[in-house]
Amino acid sequence: MTQPQQPSEEKAAPAPVDSLPAVEGPTAAAQPTGPAGAGRSATLWKDAWRRLRKNRAASVSAAILLATLLACILVPEFSQYRYDQANLNLGATAPSWAHWMGTDDYGRDLMARVFFGGRISFAVGVIATLVSFFIGVSWGGIAGYFGKRIDGVMMRLVDVMYTFPFLILVILLMLFFANKGGWLHRGFTSLLGLFVSDAKDPSYFPVFQICFVFAALGSISWLTMARIVRGQVIALREQPFVEAARSIGVGHAGIIFRHLLPNALGPIIVYTTLTIPQIMLTEAFLSFLGLGTQEPLASWGLLAAAGAETMDLYPWALVFPALMLAITLFCFNHLGDGLRDALDPKIRKD
Amino acid sequence: MSRFILKRLLVLIPTLWAVITLVFFLVRAAPGGPFDAERAPPPEAIAALEAKYNLNASLGEQYRDFLSDLVLRGDLGPTFKYPGRTVNEIIADSLPVSMHLGVLAMLFALAVGVPLGIVGATRHNTYKDTLAMSVAMIGISIPRFVLAPLLILLFGLGLYWLPVARWETWRHMVLPVICAGLPTAAYIARLTRGGMLDVIRSDFVRTARAKGLSERMIILRHTLKGGLLPVVSFLAPGFSALLVGSLVVERIFNIPGMGRYFVEAATNRDYNIVMGITLVYGSLLMVLNAVVDIAYAWLDPRVKLE
Repeated sequence: MTQPQQPSEEKAAPAPVDSLPAVEGPTAAAQPTGPAGAGRSATLWKDAWRRLRKNRAASVSAAILLATLLACILVPEFSQYRYDQANLNLGATAPSWAHWMGTDDYGRDLMARVFFGGRISFAVGVIATLVSFFIGVSWGGIAGYFGKRIDGVMMRLVDVMYTFPFLILVILLMLFFANKGGWLHRGFTSLLGLFVSDAKDPSYFPVFQICFVFAALGSISWLTMARIVRGQVIALREQPFVEAARSIGVGHAGIIFRHLLPNALGPIIVYTTLTIPQIMLTEAFLSFLGLGTQEPLASWGLLAAAGAETMDLYPWALVFPALMLAITLFCFNHLGDGLRDALDPKIRKD
Repeated sequence: MSRFILKRLLVLIPTLWAVITLVFFLVRAAPGGPFDAERAPPPEAIAALEAKYNLNASLGEQYRDFLSDLVLRGDLGPTFKYPGRTVNEIIADSLPVSMHLGVLAMLFALAVGVPLGIVGATRHNTYKDTLAMSVAMIGISIPRFVLAPLLILLFGLGLYWLPVARWETWRHMVLPVICAGLPTAAYIARLTRGGMLDVIRSDFVRTARAKGLSERMIILRHTLKGGLLPVVSFLAPGFSALLVGSLVVERIFNIPGMGRYFVEAATNRDYNIVMGITLVYGSLLMVLNAVVDIAYAWLDPRVKLE
């Protein structure tokens, strides 16, 4: 039931399942007890690193991403304008020396908003990806390792969720969260109250809402990751080094998390890198529908959606956030491709 | 083969039931009701409305009635916000428009994406490859709600070539179809290229070349079929993503499709429309997935059915 007839992102997945063990097997078998990543297998990562650095598109992308991230961290700190500081007398003005990216309808400095919005866009992308990473990797690892009935049930569940109309689910979940003081909000408040003393302050509500977007997006995008990891683990679990680990008494969890998953890291990294832009795009989509980030906070998606409405009057309000979003997504995708080329053992042959 | 198909289709029923049940209870558990308004109507009026729509019954009874109406008569019930209209009518009006847009956009995406991918794979590592893939990458990186206003600005308001709203003649359809299809086309181009590059290196292609087949025949007869496998498996999720993405397109181009109800019905707590959309969209997704699985088994002899 769980064999290849599954609708198969698996098939389109970065590194074909059957190609990895040929490379990883001997590497790991050479030192059966050590966790992968030490000793000889380090050369795999060194190799990949060298290949990545030689790939100009990927390294330029990585540099641009770093620069963008730094700008998002620094610009709002050192800008003389705050992202939510309105100046109604000023209104929308074209880019000038005082406001490099112009101002929006409320006279808010667009540059401050764009880079502040970048923080949220990045954070949504990265945090939701981490959520999906943890769920997907553990789910796929456990299903692949135990196989048989456990695998059948777990992957059947993934199949079912694949066909779930996720947008409806997200909309419904946003409804749950939309009312202040609802149980979901109370839960979040008490959870964050452990870290933030004034978490009950109503002005924190938009922040909670964004946290919720993270969790919601993350918890729906782990399915493909689970499939990829499961495929990898199934290919690896009969290898001698796993048997060796078992024979010296390593438990199930130890085998999965210390021996199997590190050996499947290549495809996992590639897919993670490619998930970030997808999630940023989804956040932008939700913001456009009014379900994502809320004013006066900003994200690139929200800014671009707002800019698109007034595009014929103030094109700069669309151009700058859309450009930042597009460049960032472009770079993430290029980096993901570069990583795939660097880590894909199939290409290593020639 | 037919047993496999039958089995695959039979699984859909419990899955669909599970989705419907989940959404049924989730939407009713959501805070707020369908008759909340800025100015709250008198409680008697609300009570009367709830009695009219059978909302004062217990959840279990509502669920039972909903399921029996749906299964026995295919009736999804009345809407709350569009007086006098049933959910069935709304779906009958809007679904064909959405499907029309979706299918045209998918065809456009295939027509653009597959050739672009073939160029990328057959001219691997040349400037043509780089150019094709850069175009595809840009297509993936631009959200539809940015693409749409740009297209409108250029072809509608700048050049006056095409109308920018509504859904009537083919001229109305050009911009929405391009806008909905372009990101999907970009994705398909990348998948085609990747799939073909995998196949081009395989032994049977070398055999074909060795026995003197022309390059053109090799591509059309041998590599394309195998190379399109990733595209085929992408069709189901791709089409559903396209339908969701069309939501934005429908909104911007003011197209009377199903998209507007997606968000509106949920925020209005119009329970029956939410259920209708879940049912239509969910079953569409599931049937597509099943069809793709079957097509996959047919295209790739290595896939075992059992």
